[in-house]
Amino acid sequence: MSTSSHAIHAVGLQKRYGEKRALDGFDLAVPQGTVYGLLGPNGAGKTTAVRILATLVRLDGGRAEVAGFDVVRDARRVRRRIGFTGQFTAVDEILTGRQNLRMFGRLFHLGPARAAARADELLEQFDLTEAADKGTKEYSGGMRRRLDLAASMILVPKVLFLDEPTTGLDPRGRNEVWTAVRSLVSGGTTVLLTTQYLDEADQLAGRVAVIDHGKVIADDTPAALKRRVGGDQLEVVLEESVDLPVALQAVARVAAGEPEIDEEHRRVTAAVEQRVAALTEVARRLQDEGIGVEDIGLRRPTLDEVFLRLTGHKPEETTDTTERTEVPA
Amino acid sequence: MSTTILGHEPEAPERRMYWALADGWTVAGRTLTHLIRQPANIAWQLGFPIVSVLLFGYVFGSAMSVPGGGDYREYLMPGMFGMTMAMGFMNTAYAVVLDTTKGVTDRFRSMPMAPSAPVTGRGLADIVSAMLDLLVLAATALVIGWRSDGGFWATLAAFGLLLWLRFALIWIGIWIGLVTPNEEAAGNLFAVAFPFAMISSVFVAPSQMPDWLGAVAAWNPVSSTVTAARELFGNPVALGDSWIEQHAMLGAIVWPLVITLVFVPMAVRRFQRLSR
Ligand SMILES: Nc1ncnc2c1ncn2[C@@H]1O[C@H](COP(=O)(O)OP(=O)(O)OP(=O)(O)O)[C@@H](O)[C@H]1O
Ligand SMILES: [Mg+2]
Repeated sequence: MSTSSHAIHAVGLQKRYGEKRALDGFDLAVPQGTVYGLLGPNGAGKTTAVRILATLVRLDGGRAEVAGFDVVRDARRVRRRIGFTGQFTAVDEILTGRQNLRMFGRLFHLGPARAAARADELLEQFDLTEAADKGTKEYSGGMRRRLDLAASMILVPKVLFLDEPTTGLDPRGRNEVWTAVRSLVSGGTTVLLTTQYLDEADQLAGRVAVIDHGKVIADDTPAALKRRVGGDQLEVVLEESVDLPVALQAVARVAAGEPEIDEEHRRVTAAVEQRVAALTEVARRLQDEGIGVEDIGLRRPTLDEVFLRLTGHKPEETTDTTERTEVPA
Repeated sequence: MSTTILGHEPEAPERRMYWALADGWTVAGRTLTHLIRQPANIAWQLGFPIVSVLLFGYVFGSAMSVPGGGDYREYLMPGMFGMTMAMGFMNTAYAVVLDTTKGVTDRFRSMPMAPSAPVTGRGLADIVSAMLDLLVLAATALVIGWRSDGGFWATLAAFGLLLWLRFALIWIGIWIGLVTPNEEAAGNLFAVAFPFAMISSVFVAPSQMPDWLGAVAAWNPVSSTVTAARELFGNPVALGDSWIEQHAMLGAIVWPLVITLVFVPMAVRRFQRLSR
């Protein structure tokens, strides 16, 4: 047992697939009881990192401890303390929700009675009681993902890994999963979740590591990351381009940085800190001046903007030179 | 959280043995529950041999002759049993492909269960469902007039040899399942399974085939098992002169053993490669 107070501690992780360096000096320290987001574009190495930490993939270099145990030497002890939900939902599609949870309970070595009781508890907690005896094929994407989460919560893990838990879900499914994750965290579980959406990290994570080309390039709170990009963006679109100078003045008064003008689209954009105050102030001012506004609103910076700011380059699609030979992970 | 159930540490060796069996049984139970929840699948799976029985037995049966004499339908039945066992590896492979591509295998590997359980569970479930297959086929065969004249123990031994072949093919199935990239590709396995089962003594005696094809058919492990089963059932056998046909019983025992010895390490190595 290590003395580290970190639930996850990775130092200099290396993982190569042929020529491709999936992880290249990946460092991460996640304090206990927190939700940590791993944010990055396709092919950045998010899945590889999570799979190494969950003992599914061997590392080529570096070392990692999860829940106080080395992921290589003490893999079995680590497995007793983690939950893992992969990028694709991994529940049995033919069994019912209840049968799934009972089976996984048995495989976590609960006796039949305890496995059954635990299944009922989790179905309740994840709001699946009504659908408990339906085959999971009939579940919506959000329901299946929640069952997937429930299955990784059977032993109340110390550390839970979630690989893109809401990718491919509609907004409703996404909300369902977010609610479920929040309820886990209130039970004291440390969560490491990967995502491609800054928005999602913002909703769930207290801290975010941005990963690119197998390395962590920034590690901060979502608010601080957004501040680095310039925070939320206020956007005003005018009816007439002659009004642009007046609008620019109004926006400049509340902006955190230099406003940008897009003449062609009659648009003024600026980063703002007091989002709602800024919005009302600008709206009022434009109205007072009698200026026709086609559209006005607040917009979160996108992951692309975060990236552009942090790396100076747009997130490129990974050029897969090496064929994937293994199963999609 | 209402319950905290943090479990025990890794167990002592004898407990490990226990969990290896218990976890294997739990995984097998999952597949058997599939059978119960999807009875239509069993019907499909058995439909093919049953239709073949009727087709070959009645449509061609009267035109087919067994070298050395004997009733063709009597000759055919052990062949149908053997064919069902031979094609069974597709079911194994397909189930393995589904589990690896859908992430179920990964979930198992991230859990503190016995690492051997996904494999032993698969094997156990496949043997149980093969027994079910044989039961249904034998019942069909009895209905259309097939009988075993070999006595109780010989009959049992024949079914034992059929299951022994199926057991060996589990390992080929697991290996194929692990090297097959996706579900669609698994659908093409028919193209391998079909000749494997047909170029054998299942439908006609190798001696009735062109020389080269007859040699391939005679040395097909399926032929040895089917011929040995015919001998044990006391059904028409139609033996050729080749060494392997003369030693069908030996072949029926040794072939599956060789397959097992070759494919267990290959499957295990493939399984370990998942963590590459
Ligand atoms: N089994 C594998 N074989 C070969 N290359 C791989 C394998 N797994 C990952 N890679 C490569 O390693 C890099 C990182 O992949 P990884 O799956 O970790 O990225 P990711 O951030 O999870 O991406 P995504 O958002 O698409 O899930 C990619 O370039 C990928 O092609
Ligand atoms: Mg990924």
